[in-house]
Amino acid sequence: MSELKVIHEKAECLYGNYDRKGELQHQTHYCPGCGHGVAHKLLAEVIDELGIRDRVILVSPVGCSVFAYYYFDVGNVQVAHGRAPAVATALKRSHPESIVITYQGDGDLAAIGSAEIMHAANRSECYTALFVNNAIYGMTGGQCAPTSLLGDKTTTTPFGRTTANDGYPLKVSELLSALDGPVFIERGGLGNAKQILQTKRAIKRALETQMKGLGFSLVEMLSPCPTIWKMDPVDAQRHVREVLAPIYPIGNKLDRTKDRAPRAAAPPPPPLSELPRILKLPVAPTDAPVELVKPDSEYRIKIAGFGGQGVLLLGQLIAEAGMDDGLDVSWLPSYGPEMRSGTSNCHVRLSTKHVDSPLVSRPNVLIALNEPSLRKFIATVDTGGLVLYNGDSIPTDCIRTDITMQALPFASIADELGSPKVANIVVLGAFLAATNALPLAVVDRAMARVVKGEKWLEIDRRAMARGIAEMQSTEVKVHV
Amino acid sequence: MPKQLIKGNEALMKGAILAGCRGFYGYPITPANEITEAAAYYLPQVGGTFLQAESEVAAINMVYGASSAGVRCMTASSGPGISLMAEGISYLAGSELPCVIADITRGGPGLGNIAPEQSDYFQVVKGGGHGCYRTLVLAPACAQEMADLTYLAFDLADQYRTPAVILADGFIGQMMEPVEFTLAARAPRLPEWAVDGTASTRRNLISSIYLQPDDLEKHIRMLEAKYARMAHNETRWENYKTDDAEIVFVGYGISSRILKSVVEMMRARDIRAGLLRPITLFPFPSDELRRLAGQAERFFVVELSTGQMVEDVRLAVEGRCPVEFYGRCGGNAPSAEEIFEEVFAHV
Repeated sequence: MSELKVIHEKAECLYGNYDRKGELQHQTHYCPGCGHGVAHKLLAEVIDELGIRDRVILVSPVGCSVFAYYYFDVGNVQVAHGRAPAVATALKRSHPESIVITYQGDGDLAAIGSAEIMHAANRSECYTALFVNNAIYGMTGGQCAPTSLLGDKTTTTPFGRTTANDGYPLKVSELLSALDGPVFIERGGLGNAKQILQTKRAIKRALETQMKGLGFSLVEMLSPCPTIWKMDPVDAQRHVREVLAPIYPIGNKLDRTKDRAPRAAAPPPPPLSELPRILKLPVAPTDAPVELVKPDSEYRIKIAGFGGQGVLLLGQLIAEAGMDDGLDVSWLPSYGPEMRSGTSNCHVRLSTKHVDSPLVSRPNVLIALNEPSLRKFIATVDTGGLVLYNGDSIPTDCIRTDITMQALPFASIADELGSPKVANIVVLGAFLAATNALPLAVVDRAMARVVKGEKWLEIDRRAMARGIAEMQSTEVKVHV
Repeated sequence: MPKQLIKGNEALMKGAILAGCRGFYGYPITPANEITEAAAYYLPQVGGTFLQAESEVAAINMVYGASSAGVRCMTASSGPGISLMAEGISYLAGSELPCVIADITRGGPGLGNIAPEQSDYFQVVKGGGHGCYRTLVLAPACAQEMADLTYLAFDLADQYRTPAVILADGFIGQMMEPVEFTLAARAPRLPEWAVDGTASTRRNLISSIYLQPDDLEKHIRMLEAKYARMAHNETRWENYKTDDAEIVFVGYGISSRILKSVVEMMRARDIRAGLLRPITLFPFPSDELRRLAGQAERFFVVELSTGQMVEDVRLAVEGRCPVEFYGRCGGNAPSAEEIFEEVFAHV
């Protein structure tokens, strides 16, 4: 008996001793006859055979296999219940050369993580999902799984699973095979040696699919759970073959490995010196003449109108030009549904001093592009302030004598210029003519930067000139 | 250095990319969308990854994956999305994974509305998820700080191996202000604890599970000590005219901007008012508040909520002087005039 011959060795990518385990470090924490031990062995052998141990990142789930990282001598990430597909997605995208493998049970993958697996498969994330289906919650003590069979008595279906209360057993492999994204999906079993060897081949093909960069692959394994099923290991394997397999047919469900092309590698990242250009950071100092010493000025502007009247853009142009002119500025929009309908307004502040609050509660300039806006904000205008109103005349009940009010038919003027869209720019011209708030050249330059397209810039310039002329003809002047 | 008129949200994302952020996983929500859209536009151009997830639950777990892989990464959302992310944030904290999470706060509870509030303070500053953990929370008050504090958040998240949150209200996210980008572009780094699918990191493990009570307590105590170090080293705040202040206002984000106007209004009337603006909400500037409690006659806290941070102010002041509160919510913000009147309404 001195000549013992080693005929089978533990896979290299399983640890020799399970150091991460608190006790009994020579054996796994799985029950005798449990399918996880077999599934681990198959995966470990395939990793060895493919020679990819150093590249593998294994994602451990929540459930009986939560401690998969005790055993596999690969990079390990343990994750929240059901979220392995999301974690795997980012792991793989972060390191496309790695081989990412998730290991999930039926509660994890098919119940709480059903959204994540569906979308990872549909995006055809290039990782390999191993799905161990024993039709029961093992770790938590035998509750009903989405894959439990009709009639199964579990701790949460004590009278048996019914379609009326619990729905139907979920056929994950068939379900995911209906998607356009996945490349390889196969259901195997751990019910006897033949099934086990078939399953191993499927795992290998799934990993090869990933190694070729083709996309998403999944292997489902029908797995015995003798402890919760209250069977001995032999009966449990028979249960896999004779009870589970008829409901969950074993075999390949999807193979697009010949049709799908490998993904193109991402181009190398640009050098860091390119970032300011890519991020569109301002590089050249503004060439506008900035008056170093300005008399103190403080514009608190409220602009309001209907969505689509260009309220926000008008405010932005004033703020852009103010910044170029060396003022401190802020622009605060109302946001959200306003962009689709209803009213819109923005707050703009221009100041030779520091702008504290960007909110304008007491405007000294109100630009009201419709009557509801005039009525809403007229009472808030500070004494001595200016109101510009889009209309032929100020409604008599809105007239205040302690402020300057000017009505002009900005929308009609814009129509004359050829586009109702430039009414806001006519207003801009009128505002500048009335206040001298900003040098015209600075505003023109800001406009050239913000407005997209030569055609629009040309019509905007005419609109601004027209607004200036209209305002000058009224002889209204305001000093803020 | 020239300035750029830019929305707070977009400034945040530019600051993030300059800090070396190369992964963004998010889900659309107003008023945080400009961050997500900027990430979608810029990240692919710099060799980074942008992915619109199927939910905030998936998004935060993708952040968990990218962070495990050693990538500087982030997500952005608003209250309802942060609620869904709470699970993932707890796991990130438990697994000591650095990342940045931006919460551009809107009105709640429930669907609430999309207008600005500061009502996520409890959720973000006190945890939100399960277990004994904290996140570092930075509260920008202008577009410039959206860029600068996000850049800082990535460094601190790395240094302490912790999720860091940028907590900004919808105003700060949506408004445009001139921003100067003086931040140096950082190269992506690979920490030695990362799992990146190479031989040298093969023994690395990312996990938050400690089955034995003694092991878990040891882990929690280690986290506790880390949070104490953060409190000692990273507490940040701004004093605005507090030197001789008898009335000390306390506010962060947009509230602090309005309060500066209030301080000016009061100073113009010879009332000695000042502002303490917390920049970090965790760690909270409790010591500075306690110090000011020795000189001030009263504290006046303003938030866009029914009163959340005020609890921390009261805990810091420990009854040394009265702490009053005024809040607006639902998307309304108080005007400076309104606060001014409120301060004297009950005297």
